[in-house]
Amino acid sequence: MDDFLVIDRVSKSFGSLCAVDDVTLSVAQGEAFSLLGPSGCGKTTLLRMIAGFERPDSGRILVGGRDITALPPEQRPVNTVFQNYALFPHLSVWENVAFGLRMSRRPREEIRGGVDRMLELVRLAEHARKRPAQLSGGQKQRVAIARALVNRPLVLLLDEPLAALDLKLRQHMLVELNTIHEQVGTTFIYVTHDQGEAMSLSDRIAVMNAGKVEQVDSPERLYETPRSSFVATFIGDANFFTGTAVELQHEGYVRVMVEGLGSPLVLGNGVVSSNQTLKLMVRPEKISLTLQRPPSGERVNAFRGIVEDFAYFGPHTRYRVRAGEHLIIAQLQRSRFSGGEIDPARGTEVWMTFHPDEARVLKLEDVVS
Amino acid sequence: MTADHQRSKQWLLTLPSLAWLGVFFVIPCVLVVITAFRPADLQGGIAEGWTWDNIHMLSDPSYVPVLLRTLWLSVATTLLCLALALPMAFQIARVGPRLRQFLLLLVVIPFLSNFLIRVFAWKSLLHPEGPLTKLLISLRLAPEDAILLNNSGPVLLVLVYTQLPFAILPLYAAAEKFDFGLLDAARDLGAGPWRAFSKVFVPGVRRGLISAAIMVLVCSLGQYVIPQMVGGASDEMLGSKIAQRAFADRNLPLASALAAALMLAALVPMLLAAAWQRFGRKEAAS
Repeated sequence: MDDFLVIDRVSKSFGSLCAVDDVTLSVAQGEAFSLLGPSGCGKTTLLRMIAGFERPDSGRILVGGRDITALPPEQRPVNTVFQNYALFPHLSVWENVAFGLRMSRRPREEIRGGVDRMLELVRLAEHARKRPAQLSGGQKQRVAIARALVNRPLVLLLDEPLAALDLKLRQHMLVELNTIHEQVGTTFIYVTHDQGEAMSLSDRIAVMNAGKVEQVDSPERLYETPRSSFVATFIGDANFFTGTAVELQHEGYVRVMVEGLGSPLVLGNGVVSSNQTLKLMVRPEKISLTLQRPPSGERVNAFRGIVEDFAYFGPHTRYRVRAGEHLIIAQLQRSRFSGGEIDPARGTEVWMTFHPDEARVLKLEDVVS
Repeated sequence: MTADHQRSKQWLLTLPSLAWLGVFFVIPCVLVVITAFRPADLQGGIAEGWTWDNIHMLSDPSYVPVLLRTLWLSVATTLLCLALALPMAFQIARVGPRLRQFLLLLVVIPFLSNFLIRVFAWKSLLHPEGPLTKLLISLRLAPEDAILLNNSGPVLLVLVYTQLPFAILPLYAAAEKFDFGLLDAARDLGAGPWRAFSKVFVPGVRRGLISAAIMVLVCSLGQYVIPQMVGGASDEMLGSKIAQRAFADRNLPLASALAAALMLAALVPMLLAAAWQRFGRKEAAS
């Protein structure tokens, strides 16, 4: 990975609140990268430090090998798409897009050509003369993107780019953003609290919590192999079980005793020793429900439970199944029910099954808390 | 339908203030204009009949320098007030709510003391034996024989002093609604702090700028106490002349003619500004 945008041990406090705590990140050129986390996790502060609106208390920020930590925002090779777009209301769409080029005193023809080309890219050429107030939310968003990209920034920062749009438009802009990113090839840094947005927009995601980076990975790896229960719950839903490793088996499998449930066999990730307390995570859609006991085998974890309630969502149905102390969430698609059985009703006794490879042993220090 | 209904409701609501303005502002103004076309009688009253004499008197060469001086002093006051009030309004709108309350209080606090007393205070401050003159001389910032009083300098100074709150308040009202995130956007796009201020903040508060300019300009045009108290014999403004005609000469029709001319001078920029604002709004909506 080439280190194009480097956040090097950056910290920032506001009074006694540590907003960003010793964060180190490295983003490749042309990558679509997301900072994901709940509000107050420090992602916006980090973005504002890259843009130059906040100065880090310590640490450095480098773009293309150049230290930009001390530069004011107007001198950075970075442009921002603001959350509320921050379009200049007194200027037309065209003048908004031309603003950056005018500030850098480019020649007139270059400005005209650049702005026209950029408006073409975001398909707003016919709205060039309008004022921002006359545009729809999605159009404003595209103006904001064009206004930033026309300056050919090395890094484009997008602060909650879809938060202000309604659902339908959001799905449309999601595709649009990916297309624009492909066309211009600039490094995109998204800041978002929406995991779905981050998953579908980015090559890699940094999940942040309380000023620290919890995990940096591809969307798929974050979902399939989260390293902490925070990441597991923030991205998708998860069932957690605390148990004790009772029997180490070959190929890294380990049998875990979970009080009140049973002793499932799981993949131990090579970090488990016997009699160790650990935490297991199973995604709801990895659990299947059947009325009959599934044929038992080496690699099958099956437990009995009672359906407490369920909710039908259309594409899938979510069940809450009680097994002793545990309330387990399972998510099923209708087609899964072979044999044409009707959905289990409340109070039905069912069997829950999941494959050992689908359970995750989480970061062990996580268990202490 | 509902829009029409709403509009008629709005008219009803504004009716009391419209009536007030009609009775106490429009009718007196019309009376002043009518009086301007009446002959004066010797007892200081208004005689019967109609005449153009008062209007002709306005072209008296002695009024021309007074009119020009009134105009330049008012325009200069307006420009200085705007130049001072813009950064003040900017800062007041940016600080936290508690400091903001305090600063706004400081802006309006002078109104708690009488206007004449404040002008008189300036008179003693600027007096040759006054503290300011002495201080400046002792710091060698002014020559030994410096006279800070009785010329157009102090008139301008005191005009700016008295009018400044009228510039700050409408500008603050506009600045308070301004989205300061736009300044971040301007900086992000390569504008330095000053260009962000002039290219984004100033256009962003232009409504406030127009109101402030009209307020200050119109109020300055009619001043006569300030030039009389801190100005010299050659610093009269049109207001002083009107006062003289009305009180010293007891020639109400001539005073009315002068007042009508002043009214016209104040009305023209206001109408221009109103037309410009309306035009600007239409353009933005199209």
